[in-house]
Amino acid sequence: MTVRIAVATAIVALGLGWGMQAQAVDNTPPLPDAAMQQRYLGLTSEFRCMQCQNEALADSNVGLAADLRLEIHDLILAGKSDEQIRDYLVARYGEFILFKPRMNLHNAWLWAAPGIMLLAGIGIAVRVMRRRALLPISDEDPPGSAPSA
Amino acid sequence: MKRFLLPMGVFALIVIVLAFGIFNAPKDGRKEILSPLLGKAAPEFTLPKLLDAGQSYQGTSLRGSWHLVNVWGTWCRECRAEHETLLQIKSEGRVPIIGMDWKDEDASAIAWLTQLGNPYETVISDHDGRVAIDWGVYGAPESFLVNPQGIVVEKHIGAMTMDDWQRKFLKHLTDAAPSGGKAGA
Repeated sequence: MTVRIAVATAIVALGLGWGMQAQAVDNTPPLPDAAMQQRYLGLTSEFRCMQCQNEALADSNVGLAADLRLEIHDLILAGKSDEQIRDYLVARYGEFILFKPRMNLHNAWLWAAPGIMLLAGIGIAVRVMRRRALLPISDEDPPGSAPSA
Repeated sequence: MKRFLLPMGVFALIVIVLAFGIFNAPKDGRKEILSPLLGKAAPEFTLPKLLDAGQSYQGTSLRGSWHLVNVWGTWCRECRAEHETLLQIKSEGRVPIIGMDWKDEDASAIAWLTQLGNPYETVISDHDGRVAIDWGVYGAPESFLVNPQGIVVEKHIGAMTMDDWQRKFLKHLTDAAPSGGKAGA
């Protein structure tokens, strides 16, 4: 019985959650053509809401997020490119506003690390294989000892 | 023994990197997001003065002497906590404070200043928050120290205490002569 109630509650809660999601947070007037609106939707979801920090501008109902959405809306209307709009926001709020950080001198080593580790792994593997290739083909002999006649 | 040398070396390296990360992490991590404005010229703006109806304030007026620009709003609880510090900074008289009333109602801002005291030399109203975007403001209160050349040299996010003021801001003012507002126009 209690299990049923719990399941029912969960279903209702989920439904409510969906309902709330469906309700738009964004009150910015839509852009005049579909391509612009598409760019707007793309851009607002790639910036961080600086107040809530784990939400995108597109999803946040904080006042500042609404201001920044309107700013992006106006910049698109003014004919700015996506990259110019990114630069505009980074110049004011820093790299932190980008969910996908740009490559720069400070984080270049992070980007290079997987490659370096792969190369190191290949190097170690080659060394181990070369050493093993020199060993006599016998299971009984301890490694490094001379083969018995 | 020699065969452990490489793994131990790698382990030691990892320990060093992690220790560096831990000891260099900002104390109040979330708050301390460095402003890209530091070291750059304060953004240009023209905003209406709150207490002198019909008059406006130009961003260029910040040049010529040191100014503390404080972003606040009556809807902001932390600003109330900070107000006492601002009054104290005003009474020290080392630097005039420009209050940027951010996304606020003029009537409630005037009531706030009447009730709690006015620490500001000038209060300007950014009703729609456009100027605040240029300043990279994302949560009131925020305070910016602007030098006589109009360059932003320091920023504090969140309610400033006298300790923050002395630790972060006063060091910039030590070589500067005390200035208690501008004489004349």
